[in-house]
Amino acid sequence: MIRIVLPYHLRNLAKINSEVQLEVSGDITTHTILNALEARYPMLAGTIRDHITQERRPYVRYYACGEDLSLEPPDAQLPPQIISGEEPFVILGAIAGG
Amino acid sequence: MSKVQVLVGTKKGAFILTSDSKRANWDVSGPFFAGWEIYHMKGSPVDPNRIYVSQTSGWFGQIIQRSDDGGKTWFQPGFKPGDSTTTPEGMPVTESNKFAYDTSDAGGKPLSTHEYFDGTQRPWEFKRVWHLEPSLTDPDTVYAGVEDAALFKTIDGGKSWKELSGLRGHSTGSKWAPGAGGMGLHTIILDPKNKNRIYIAISAAGVFRTDDAGKTWSAINKGLSSQTMPDPNAEVGHCVHRIAMHPSRPEVLYMQKHWDVMRSNNSGDSWQEVSDNLPSDFGFVIDVHAHEPETIYVIPIKSDSEHFPPDGKLRVYRSRTGGNNWEALTKGLPQKDCYVNILREAMAVDTLDLCGIYFGTTGGQVYASADGGDNWNAIVQNLPPVYSVEVQILK
Repeated sequence: MIRIVLPYHLRNLAKINSEVQLEVSGDITTHTILNALEARYPMLAGTIRDHITQERRPYVRYYACGEDLSLEPPDAQLPPQIISGEEPFVILGAIAGG
Repeated sequence: MSKVQVLVGTKKGAFILTSDSKRANWDVSGPFFAGWEIYHMKGSPVDPNRIYVSQTSGWFGQIIQRSDDGGKTWFQPGFKPGDSTTTPEGMPVTESNKFAYDTSDAGGKPLSTHEYFDGTQRPWEFKRVWHLEPSLTDPDTVYAGVEDAALFKTIDGGKSWKELSGLRGHSTGSKWAPGAGGMGLHTIILDPKNKNRIYIAISAAGVFRTDDAGKTWSAINKGLSSQTMPDPNAEVGHCVHRIAMHPSRPEVLYMQKHWDVMRSNNSGDSWQEVSDNLPSDFGFVIDVHAHEPETIYVIPIKSDSEHFPPDGKLRVYRSRTGGNNWEALTKGLPQKDCYVNILREAMAVDTLDLCGIYFGTTGGQVYASADGGDNWNAIVQNLPPVYSVEVQILK
């Protein structure tokens, strides 16, 4: 079971109060996790990555096991702690003024 | 007794202000969608309980919200509470937030780049919905004006959107450039007497008209002159801020341009300046009295770099002659030390016998006049900066 932590506004959009737990089949990558997340919560499509290009939105960051994975290739295998569910895959909105 | 409902979009959420037809006492509900920018919210003319909202964020992109009960509850089209969000195969059931530019052969493969501030060509890139214009006849049909400038349409109540790509495919498309606020399509006017005619305006490209329901478009900017352009009288490139029309006389259009207040008597084929005695002819809003097609309103702003009223005096100007001969309306408005702005989407009129006029400021006030502009009151204060104001009369 993959654990996913979403930022406040995206939890509101998806109408959930806590972290998400999803079954993800095949390789566990940023790409497959987000595919599974958007399939379960389609209202999140386009909020984390662009609808068309699938590029990460500029003010969104990905973290796992204390590491910033935002610039890693989206098809790279994620750490074993994410695959085992020991650690969550964290999606954050970057801190910016305004 | 009729109920008046004012829909207010702000930088940090949406608010709904309600009153009876006297418009003396107002209740405030909200914020809805707190923390998000609400560029626009507007009700369907044929079903006032149907309200569409553009909810946007620099972080998380574009969301379309809808209410079917006059703003009591909200949902993203295609996601009614309790509905399954996926098909049995696990596929999303809706694409209500997806605004994909049409690049197909069938869509005419519109130009893929436009001019940027520095003169280079940049690809079209969707950023947000600036304006939602519900159909005059069908609550499920809505037009959306977006940044980067394009026009989209839904016919299923916002569940899915399709570009009317003939606009972006106009021969001048590569010359369109962003205004200071971005390259937004901000005005959509549907002709109540001709279902195939739509007017739109883009900052900074100008005004365009279709007479075939959006398949083909004409640039209608003859008579506009913009000193900030290399050719002040060019076919496109004008920073039009807002257009207004009275439904009884759709061939007459009024315009607040970056500088200059303009009028057209021939559906935009040509324009004449009607700024006359305004203290500044820079501004953003313009609107028409609900029952007097020759009575129009603007709010002068000092200049393109000083976005506040001249002399610190917040004054609405009214012309009863369809332009020119402007009179200042000041009763109830601050006449000293006022340095707010009024953005292009932030003025509306109601249709009660004594026409109500409303506008919102970047200082978070919404002012209303229940007598055509003679007297004003702040009906709410201290909201976040106001982006848009619309008004509904509910029977």
